[in-house]
Amino acid sequence: MATKQSYIYYPGCSAEATGKPYEISARAVCEHLDIELKELADWNCCGATAYLSVEDIASMAVAARNLAIAESTGLDLITPCSACYITLSKVDHYFEDYPDIRTKINNALSAAGLEYKGGVNVRHLLYVFSEDIGMERLSGMVRADLSLRVAPYYGCQVVRPFTERDSPDVPFAMDEIISALGGDVVDYPLKTKCCSGALIGIDEKTALGLAKPLIECAVRSGADCIVTCCPLCQLNLDAYQYKINKVYGTNYHIPVLFFTQLIGLAFGIDEGRLGLNMNIVPYRPAARAKGASG
Amino acid sequence: MSERIGVYVCHCGTNIAGKVDIDEVVEFAKGLDDVTLVREYKFMCSDPGQSLIQKDIEDGLINRVVVASCSPLMHEKTFRNVCTRGGLNEYLFTMANIREQCSWVHVDVERTTDKAKDLIEAAVRRTRLQEPLTKREVPINPRTLVIGGGIAGIQAALDLADAGKNVVLVEKEPSIGGHMAKFDKTFPTLDCSACILTPKMVSVGQHENIELMSWSEVEDVGGYVGNFNVTVRKKARYVDVDLCNGCGACWEKCPGTRVPRKGNVHEKLSLGPVTSIFIPFMQAVPAIPVIDAETCIRFKNGKCGICAEVCERNAIKYDMEDELVEFEVGNIILATGFQPFDPAQIGNYGYGIFDNVLTAVEFEIMNCASGNTGGNILMADGTEPKSIGIVHCVGSRDKNYNEYCSRVCCMYALKYAHLIKEKIDAEVYDFYIDMRCFGKGYEEFYDRLLGEDVRFVRGKVAEVTEVHLEEAERGKLVVKVEDTLVGSIRRIPLDMVVLCTGLEAHETLPAVANLCNVSIGKDGFVIEKHPKLGPVATATDGVFIAGACQSPKDIPDTVAQASAASSAVLSMITREKIEIESATAEVNEDKCSGCKICNTLCPYLAIKYDEEKGVSVVNEALCKGCGTCVAGCPSNAISAKHFQNNQILAEIEGILRSSSGQAGILA
Repeated sequence: MATKQSYIYYPGCSAEATGKPYEISARAVCEHLDIELKELADWNCCGATAYLSVEDIASMAVAARNLAIAESTGLDLITPCSACYITLSKVDHYFEDYPDIRTKINNALSAAGLEYKGGVNVRHLLYVFSEDIGMERLSGMVRADLSLRVAPYYGCQVVRPFTERDSPDVPFAMDEIISALGGDVVDYPLKTKCCSGALIGIDEKTALGLAKPLIECAVRSGADCIVTCCPLCQLNLDAYQYKINKVYGTNYHIPVLFFTQLIGLAFGIDEGRLGLNMNIVPYRPAARAKGASG
Repeated sequence: MSERIGVYVCHCGTNIAGKVDIDEVVEFAKGLDDVTLVREYKFMCSDPGQSLIQKDIEDGLINRVVVASCSPLMHEKTFRNVCTRGGLNEYLFTMANIREQCSWVHVDVERTTDKAKDLIEAAVRRTRLQEPLTKREVPINPRTLVIGGGIAGIQAALDLADAGKNVVLVEKEPSIGGHMAKFDKTFPTLDCSACILTPKMVSVGQHENIELMSWSEVEDVGGYVGNFNVTVRKKARYVDVDLCNGCGACWEKCPGTRVPRKGNVHEKLSLGPVTSIFIPFMQAVPAIPVIDAETCIRFKNGKCGICAEVCERNAIKYDMEDELVEFEVGNIILATGFQPFDPAQIGNYGYGIFDNVLTAVEFEIMNCASGNTGGNILMADGTEPKSIGIVHCVGSRDKNYNEYCSRVCCMYALKYAHLIKEKIDAEVYDFYIDMRCFGKGYEEFYDRLLGEDVRFVRGKVAEVTEVHLEEAERGKLVVKVEDTLVGSIRRIPLDMVVLCTGLEAHETLPAVANLCNVSIGKDGFVIEKHPKLGPVATATDGVFIAGACQSPKDIPDTVAQASAASSAVLSMITREKIEIESATAEVNEDKCSGCKICNTLCPYLAIKYDEEKGVSVVNEALCKGCGTCVAGCPSNAISAKHFQNNQILAEIEGILRSSSGQAGILA
């Protein structure tokens, strides 16, 4: 490739906290692929899906501030977080389609001396790998044997309602990546079912009831690990797995990786640089097939 | 001025008078130039209303007429006839639409009245400049083309043929019969579909007045009402219809197959042989097989030839080619029917993913005694299901797919429930949104099913999944549904799920509709001439519609509409001639530069170039008076009769002059 691929990168709040391993591995893998992630200057919280549902214009202005800053760069705005992706896309969509919302947002932005004209291409990191980098380049970079059975878990937000090329019901972008890396994709019919999202902080019983079948189904299908592209999905399945075991009397311990971590492993990048030590259910490549006995 | 214009203002009960101040309008009209007489009446279209106008003409009081009432679509013809009866050329009449475009769509009485005045003034100004035109007559060819050989086409063809008229019936499949030929029982009477259809199919095949062209497609339609020129492509059958006697030796020995052999019961559900040379089902008419060139071994690598060897009559002709046949007809009946909605589009219902999720058509074939399961309800592994779920409204009443109700699914779902109970007494769950049992004997059938131990669950199915959460769900298809009567989400484990797929216009309809110059609505079905009063006619004279190409329909309604279409055609044929609209385009040969721009612009292909004279000429029989050529002519050489520039400008002036001082129509 003649010129270096560059993107404006919007990490989102999770990347600084619970999703730290996602952030670390994404940067490591991109560096390995000579892809430049230029962090968006002075970015702020997107407001996530929760804020949008209680206070629409204010929350849209909060998200649009990031779009306004990104606009001048002329580059695609990339985020690794599905909630950020859906929120920024949604605001951009409202902005394009509803002139009165556009005016209100820009009135709010003008207080900070900003204006958004519209048209920033908001994209999820997953589709940078599946569309821009492509399977051929990914498989060409594989250095380590990745004989893993992988359950690809997309969550709900990355393909609904916005999607670049994927199927909203049966997405395949991550499946393709796993195959290109030499992994075995297991049949995982719950790949787009809700993990309970932020509900875990409010109604734990209901939330665990939603998350449990996701783990159960992956274990039952013989997966060695679950791979996801959303920090909140990862948190719910990884950090709450022990809680699920406690409540339901199960004994799951299936690692839940970010897809960037899986790519890093296949590329032979040092595990320390992929943040694997921060995942809660430990990833043990040697313990293949023992990862699950629920 | 010798023009004496009569203006007739209709109250239309309260339809117009409720929003328009009639007295004020009458006073206004009296003050318009050349208006010698203004009358108002409660219903101008009624007998006494019409007589008013006729008498005024006969008494010599007026020589031009303006009726301010409803849309010309509604009553232009009525009032034109009044003029003719009174002895006035009907083209000296204009209608001002003060109902649909005025009283029905506005609230404020004052402004609505002003708009009515503007519309009347426009009509008066236009009428003053109108010229008398003469209508011409063309003969009607008594032969009719019926496109589509399902029950609609069959019924229409038989009605016409029995009346002694010649019919050409074109069917793209190897046999007539359509969907009805695939059904086992028909709701709500449960009579055997084949028993009532087969005699009709045989009649079509044997009728001296019907020329049946199966395995054929309409390629081109030219001409106009009464005189259509049709080109039909008879696809190569590779079997000589004159020699073949339908003995079946060929398909019994054929080693080719049209379906993948996977040993799964559901994968080769078929009513006829699944070989490469085949008839679609055993009662096929004509009972002459067709070779499917795509799967035939002979066509793929030239190595087979068994069918030709076993054919005692030497009817197999591998070198046969498509043949184009041209003929003339006077009228056309479109009966292209429907195709079932493809449920694979709804990923969460698992069609195409789970073996035991079936479409309605597949389940129908499975139930049919002549199908290859012998009418037995079987799962993919060949065993009998213990529980079956029937899902309504698949692709219907769903804004993601088709918004309309498909009208037949509730009833065939009930039929399935009954058949399952009767045949295997499995547990039946029927998932419905609303039960729509509107036809004769339908509600009674539903009532009967309520007593047959069928579990009716009111709710739209969210998904069909194999993921089990409990031991009881293991190995089952789990239907996730909101039970709206109980108010809870339920998970119901079942062995088999039948998707009641909705009806869509057949994929061939757009092309055929385009050939026949009829329009298709946003739902994909043909737009009829009038949704209530012209359900079998179309906007194109001489083209009629029957059956599911107009909207989803059950068999009784389809047959009724087919008979209605054939009777409309018979009425045309009996007239022997038809009047052609006089408001056509006309080329001024002195001005025409022969640039031929209009030749390509004309959507009806009505303009041809006269090489000798070096000018373009309008075929008045084909011209619909749309005005495209008038607007497109760079030399201003074409004018539209009854829509002359000065007439239209006068009409615009009338509107812009605006009685209210502000342009009400433009506001």
